[in-house]
Amino acid sequence: MMETFAMRLEPELQRRLIKTVAERVIAHADELVSLDQAIGDGDHGLNMKRGFEAVLADLDKLVQLPLGEALKGVGTALVMKVGGASGPLYGSLFLALGKSLPDEATRATLAEAFSAAVDAVRARGKSDAGQKTMLDVLVPVLAALREGSSELSGLRETAQRAAEATIPMKATRGRASFLGERSIGHMDPGARSSALMLSAIIDVMEGRQ
Amino acid sequence: MTRNVGIVIVSHSPDVARGTADMVRQMVGDEVPLAWCGGTTDGRLGTSVESILAAIDSAWSESGVAILVDLGGAETNSEMAVELLPDPRRGRVVVCNAPIVEGAVMAATEASAGSTLEQVRRTAEELKPA
Repeated sequence: MMETFAMRLEPELQRRLIKTVAERVIAHADELVSLDQAIGDGDHGLNMKRGFEAVLADLDKLVQLPLGEALKGVGTALVMKVGGASGPLYGSLFLALGKSLPDEATRATLAEAFSAAVDAVRARGKSDAGQKTMLDVLVPVLAALREGSSELSGLRETAQRAAEATIPMKATRGRASFLGERSIGHMDPGARSSALMLSAIIDVMEGRQ
Repeated sequence: MTRNVGIVIVSHSPDVARGTADMVRQMVGDEVPLAWCGGTTDGRLGTSVESILAAIDSAWSESGVAILVDLGGAETNSEMAVELLPDPRRGRVVVCNAPIVEGAVMAATEASAGSTLEQVRRTAEELKPA
């Protein structure tokens, strides 16, 4: 571990961030299962719950690490424990974020690190926005982050609206694409879980959690 | 130790993976290193990167390993597992774009003839939907 290169959050804030994201996903596991039963194979909620339970089990260790290393730890836990495609997808997101986050994070450098993370998801999923996936939330949030005009609460709304915008989309990637036209009319579970995580992060940053 | 390409079968269901491996064994006997995995670490349907890494290790051959998968998550998890392999091994494992049962049988038959990893993959992928 190369501490000199690493950004440090207050350990207490780092704990709250990781814990809040994990608990938010776990608390919505049933909802994610229902969304996934409509257009996938119904395992998204349970898979994500399993992954984030593994993250929580590592929490004390993750809190001791510099932020970049901690994010990589979250990514590795998700890759190893989730059990569905969302493991490598979210795992790659956190691994790339951890790798790209500079020691002095400003909004601009955070946007660039998030951009690298979104690219990692694109590459892992061989996908892009418009295919009714988590990228339909991540890409607009990245654009808003880059633009720099909106407040944190604006990012939460961007994520929420983007997740809702997947409802009328037709899936062309992932399990839901087998359903073709029948995938229309349901929110994508991956878009929902992405919006949940972003909203949890923003809650912590705003001091709501 | 065999020099034939190894075969790894990755399904969401341990029953499908084991059944596919049984069919492969019946075709090629012990001439081809073979391993399968299916299901999550807590016994649900799904695939696990940890289990895939263990299966690759168990079917390892210096000639390489061809992986056959069923649905999307098995493919994504297998690709992730390949990327996590240490360097000399990483370039010698491929995920075939082929139906799992037919692909595994065809790939193993090709492998048992001493073919290269690329030949094994091509034979399996002849079965892919047009």
